[in-house]
Amino acid sequence: MMDPVLSTSPRRAPTALSFLIPSISVVVGASLAFLIFPYDLSFLTRIVIMMIFVVSFDLILGQAGIATLGHAAMYGCGAYAAGLISLHLSPDPLLGLLVGAVAGAVMAWISGLVLLRTHGITLLMISIAVTMVLQETASQARWLTGGADGLAGITVGPLLGLYEFDFVGQVAFIYSVSILAAVLLLCQVLIGSPFGLALRGIEGSASRMRAIGTPVYRRKVTVYVIAGAIAGIAGALAAQVTGLVGIEVFNFSLSADVMVMLILGGAGRLYGALVGTLLFMVVHHVAASIDPLNWLFVIGFMLLIVVFVLPKGLVALPGRLARLLRRTS
Amino acid sequence: MNDGLSIVGLSKNFGGLQVARDLTLTLPRGSRTALIGPNGAGKTTFANLLTGVLKPTSGKIVLNGQDIGSLSESARVRAGVAKTFQITNLFRDLTVRENLRLPILEREGRTHQFFRRADGWSDIEAEIARLMQDLNIQPLADKPVRGLAYGQQRLVELALTLAVKPKVLILDEPAAGVPSTESHFIVEAIKRLPQDLSVLIIEHDMQLVFEVADRIIVLVNGAILMEGTPDEVVANKQVRELYLGAGHV
Amino acid sequence: MSLILSIVVDGVAYGMILFMISVGLSITMGLMRIINLAHGGFALLGGAAVHLLTTRLDVAFIPAFLVAVLAVVLVSVLLERLLYRHIYGFNELGQVLATIGIVFIMIATVNLFLGSTILPLGAPAIFTTPIDLGFRTLPFHRLVVIISGLLVLAGLWLLMEKTRFGIYLRAAVDNRIAAASLGINTPLVYLVAFATGAGLAAVGGILGAELLPIEAYYPLRYMVLFLIVVSVGGLGSISGSFLASISLGILDTAGRYLLPGIGTIFFFVAIVVLLALRPNGLMGKAQ
Repeated sequence: MMDPVLSTSPRRAPTALSFLIPSISVVVGASLAFLIFPYDLSFLTRIVIMMIFVVSFDLILGQAGIATLGHAAMYGCGAYAAGLISLHLSPDPLLGLLVGAVAGAVMAWISGLVLLRTHGITLLMISIAVTMVLQETASQARWLTGGADGLAGITVGPLLGLYEFDFVGQVAFIYSVSILAAVLLLCQVLIGSPFGLALRGIEGSASRMRAIGTPVYRRKVTVYVIAGAIAGIAGALAAQVTGLVGIEVFNFSLSADVMVMLILGGAGRLYGALVGTLLFMVVHHVAASIDPLNWLFVIGFMLLIVVFVLPKGLVALPGRLARLLRRTS
Repeated sequence: MNDGLSIVGLSKNFGGLQVARDLTLTLPRGSRTALIGPNGAGKTTFANLLTGVLKPTSGKIVLNGQDIGSLSESARVRAGVAKTFQITNLFRDLTVRENLRLPILEREGRTHQFFRRADGWSDIEAEIARLMQDLNIQPLADKPVRGLAYGQQRLVELALTLAVKPKVLILDEPAAGVPSTESHFIVEAIKRLPQDLSVLIIEHDMQLVFEVADRIIVLVNGAILMEGTPDEVVANKQVRELYLGAGHV
Repeated sequence: MSLILSIVVDGVAYGMILFMISVGLSITMGLMRIINLAHGGFALLGGAAVHLLTTRLDVAFIPAFLVAVLAVVLVSVLLERLLYRHIYGFNELGQVLATIGIVFIMIATVNLFLGSTILPLGAPAIFTTPIDLGFRTLPFHRLVVIISGLLVLAGLWLLMEKTRFGIYLRAAVDNRIAAASLGINTPLVYLVAFATGAGLAAVGGILGAELLPIEAYYPLRYMVLFLIVVSVGGLGSISGSFLASISLGILDTAGRYLLPGIGTIFFFVAIVVLLALRPNGLMGKAQ
């Protein structure tokens, strides 16, 4: 039966050492990009940071089936936390990442406790409202956040005490790619673990999970906190790499973009997050340089195409094509 | 009674509608009890009251001396009361193996081990294999449940609930929708259930009831009409009226 | 005291705008069970059309208003037949994404033809005439808004209670499948409900242009607001929408007057608390 409804693709648990594959492919891909586009490193770094952000969203949407439009909340908290630590305490980048992760995790925990008791439109609404609260708070608390002007002049100390961040952005790129590879490794391990299986169970049938004794709410909060920590890391990286944090880190459009990127690529298998982010960022870059607002035409049509034609995202395209070819041959 | 499930004065009403009236019964350890009654008698309501899906208006539910009436649904499962779903409720995108792995991992408390593979315990994998063998579903082991025939899904449903290893097992119409060529697997599986397990079978299929039950409770309009051995129930005048009509008694 | 009255009057006017725009969304979400993030786009298109007619084509306000609303209704009918009809069957996530796609296209269209700055509507001079209420003066426009809102409420009440269409609509909101099996032409009911909601959104957008300025990003900027009204009021409930709009209008205005700066924070925290305690809104049925 043709399922016209958008649903997340079936997730296969990884086998043997396959949990290393996403990390390795990213390192290989990034190395190639480094060589082919040596002067576009800041753009490439932004893509990598966004990939980390979208991968964290895949954990909650693709694995556990939790759909929010407020993922920017944890990203923004991570960004501000890292910025503040760098300005006031220590410019060590890894410390900034740690603090960003903690900030994201704490925000996820606080908001998750309320959010995850709800479903559907209410859940979406509350997730949006949380980011609005954070954005307004950041805007008002000038003494802490710099208000609408944000934090500037965030400097980062040498990575591991050895590698100074250079002007061309090489160290920043390698740094970000390493974090992405580490995050992917962690996520793959998590997906293949009993916890990951439980999340897929919750996405499949929360009522069945309750009937086998699973404290569903607690599990959801746990994955939300983990995803929040990773989103916080992405935000922290962004702050460190660009040297700025503004209230737009809490924008609703950022949360919406993350969802679009994930769905474009396909939720549930980390590759989708990577592919979707790459495509979105590249198309945006190209379209925006032609005409900034008409980029919305492109993304609008892309969304409609995905939803009407390719519900499982681009990663499902090879499978669809293969089936199509088999049928016509 | 400290061994088994004891229900005292369980009642439930929705506004003016009384769906469970002062139900009192026991399911001793090792018993095989069938719950029968016409449609709308309140059998599924009763089951939902036991599992915690519905909160009673009054009454007590005691399992092995512990009052479980205030526990949530998942807490009751952890305490030892599990039920199959009348309408199959499985993890459709997961394979049969994964469907069975989940309850075992949950039962063994291994879900928080982030850094081990879900299929990394040989004792669990062996248990899954045994379960599948008991219900003759090994050939389906690595197929997503979504693609299975309804009868096969019923078997997986039963296996999943058995994997919980409850103390009290409620089977909600286990044979419903299963073709007669396959229903004997279910009957065999029920007969092979652990001896110290209390089993409550909600069924319409009287043949199955007579094959596995040593006691039958007849529920009508939310109240217990009578309770007894299969022979006693069959001989009972009111029950015969109920099932065969007044003219046939 | 006059401060309180000020808050109430301004809050009610603001609430009326929210009501007119959001009531259509509440009905379509309650009826077709569709999360339509593009609903604000109808308000935008209405305002943009009036801008075009009054400032670029020198049409008088009232004819422009009527033409604009009609145009939006026609556009909504097209969209419903072409796209929304299929979106009804998607799951929640699919609806969110599809309607985000639609709203992006709406925004890009307005930007393409009219740019991305605020579009002033050629409102008649009489709108700014101050009316003396004793404790303060009020622009005539606010009075128009409040009266329009009440007229819309009355009109909808009449529609729902006194016409056959209203009965069909209420039946379909209550139980879609039963309504269809009774021979009610549910696709037509959906279409009319959708178009009416879009038309009302256009009215609200045009009349509310002073409070919610018309510009290309309008639907995204205020989408949260409309969704909050609908969530708080309960899906499918006209009275719920009305209550929620007025309450939220007054709450938000009070916040701005009394707690400038943190008023918005307070507002959104209040929303979170309310939705957490009553996920189905003030008047909603369980989903």
